[in-house]
Amino acid sequence: MQAANSPLLSLHAVSRDFDVSRPWLNRMLEREPRRLLRAVDKVSVAVERGETLALVGESGCGKSTVARLIVGLYTPSEGRVDYGGRRMQMIFQDPYASLNPRWRVKSIIEEPIKHLKTRQRYQDLLQQVGLAVEDGEKYPHEFSGGQRQRISIARALAGEPDLLVCDEPTSALDVSVQAQILNLMGELQRRLGLTYVFISHNLAVVSQVADRVGVMYLGRIVELAPAAELFARPRHPYTRMLLDAVPDLQMSGKPRTPVAGEVPNPLAPPPGCAFHPRCPHANERCRREVPPVIDNVACHAVAEGRI
Amino acid sequence: MILEVQDLRVEFPTRHASLVAVDGISFAVAPGEVLGVVGESGAGKSVTGLAIIGLLEPPGRIAGGEVRLEGKRIDDLPPEGLRRIRGRRIGMVFQDPLTALNPLYSIGRQLEETIGTHLALSPRECRERALSLLKEVGIPAPEQRLHHYPHQFSGGMRQRVVIALAIAAEPALLIADEPTTALDVSIQAQIIALLKRLAKERGTSVVLITHDMGVIAETADRVAVMYAGRMVEIGPVREVIHAPRHPYTVGLMGSIPKIKADDGFQRQKLLQIDGAMPRLNAIPAGCAFHPRCPRRFARCEAERPELLAAGASRAACWLHASR
Repeated sequence: MQAANSPLLSLHAVSRDFDVSRPWLNRMLEREPRRLLRAVDKVSVAVERGETLALVGESGCGKSTVARLIVGLYTPSEGRVDYGGRRMQMIFQDPYASLNPRWRVKSIIEEPIKHLKTRQRYQDLLQQVGLAVEDGEKYPHEFSGGQRQRISIARALAGEPDLLVCDEPTSALDVSVQAQILNLMGELQRRLGLTYVFISHNLAVVSQVADRVGVMYLGRIVELAPAAELFARPRHPYTRMLLDAVPDLQMSGKPRTPVAGEVPNPLAPPPGCAFHPRCPHANERCRREVPPVIDNVACHAVAEGRI
Repeated sequence: MILEVQDLRVEFPTRHASLVAVDGISFAVAPGEVLGVVGESGAGKSVTGLAIIGLLEPPGRIAGGEVRLEGKRIDDLPPEGLRRIRGRRIGMVFQDPLTALNPLYSIGRQLEETIGTHLALSPRECRERALSLLKEVGIPAPEQRLHHYPHQFSGGMRQRVVIALAIAAEPALLIADEPTTALDVSIQAQIIALLKRLAKERGTSVVLITHDMGVIAETADRVAVMYAGRMVEIGPVREVIHAPRHPYTVGLMGSIPKIKADDGFQRQKLLQIDGAMPRLNAIPAGCAFHPRCPRRFARCEAERPELLAAGASRAACWLHASR
């Protein structure tokens, strides 16, 4: 039994490797070794009850792998995931691929709970996400992208989960529909006391929903901070670069440093700090030593007080 | 004016009815100007771009209106005539850089072939030009990169190659359809900067089609907002962003999450427009936006508004009719 004040979810130095070797015969003939891709590298983070933790980063940074490790779709290669709640559910990015086109909406929603004796009625679930009771008789193709994502949310809520892991839930949606879904998710969180792990590449969306933000780069969390603090005073050079890259909608004309370089190949990450080839503050130590996480930031320059 | 579009109408005939994807759109682009075209999926922005360059997929067709490039009408040209203009006078950049490049040819060959097709240059001059183009779009070590194939480039570098191809024959107009949508945010910023620099240095006019208001704010001089195949607002980018005049633009701007960098910020709900954009077979009468509009009145349901002067912009909304 977990103590009431312990975090709902905690990841202890979780890593995940993927085997991307060539087929066995090729390896034997060409004398190639096995090749492992480390998608997630010793990630430690805890999620408190009722909060929203966002993980943000560019493609290939490992944020979706972390989501799948949390819900158990992948098993960790190293480390441990502790969960103190009863149930968790996941919402996926593509509301077209994640609903069975041959099933009526009510069957889709009731599928995760059909074995329960006392269960929520699908009618109530539909209303909770802003759909009509009659929509239960329809098929997914009769709905727009935003409505489909509402159906995914209703299905996720059916099992009364404590934790919802949302992997880019609004990335496939138009911005006005995205606003509807983000508002709905906020409302549900207040009403039902839900905890969210929210995966996104969009910093503006993250600033709208998150209580705390973890910034990921090449499999590691390089900075973890309360949202207000992260956006006001980013510490890691990568966080600063990401924030500088977001288009300035206010057109304030504030000076920005131009972004340089690209995310390196995760099969051959640079030695030392993975960000050093793009970092304006990198020195000899950054090229040699992997920076440890100190005070929630993994950066030599920050630890040494150079920036 | 480099490009003038007058009353453009694009239809897709179906068994039951003709679907109107673009309905009476007019705009003009000046030399060196970047015009942003923004809207949500299904608003007709990509179809507008395709109609201008004559690449509509049949059965889609231009059912009315005119497109003029440098004063000459191009919408009624035969396919062969249009083909000569594409690439030569109008360059194109699409969302997915991988499908825009031939995977079987080195990018040097693709560039040289494009240059040779459109300009009367010797093979040697073509190669030199290819090299200087790669340099111009910011590809490191262009001498070696000429011999590489598309799969050896990253997404951002590929899009740079596509842009090099698009400007190879020094077109007067560049049509860029979601050029940064497939890219990560840090790469997106680099491509935006590149497009901006090219428009400025070469005096190329750009029609930038995107769903991303942030990209528009960074790049465009003027912006046109589309909804259900119609233009609902057009004006200087600053004006449209800071003082939107059409209720749809107001809702669109309010629904975009913004990063608040001040301490102790109060999180507010996003402004939301209820409902969704109508399907093409069910566009409401009068103003197409009226069922979702918080400020609608009787006239909106009956009469379709034209673009009316509203501040420094023009908006298709009866709120701006002089009474």
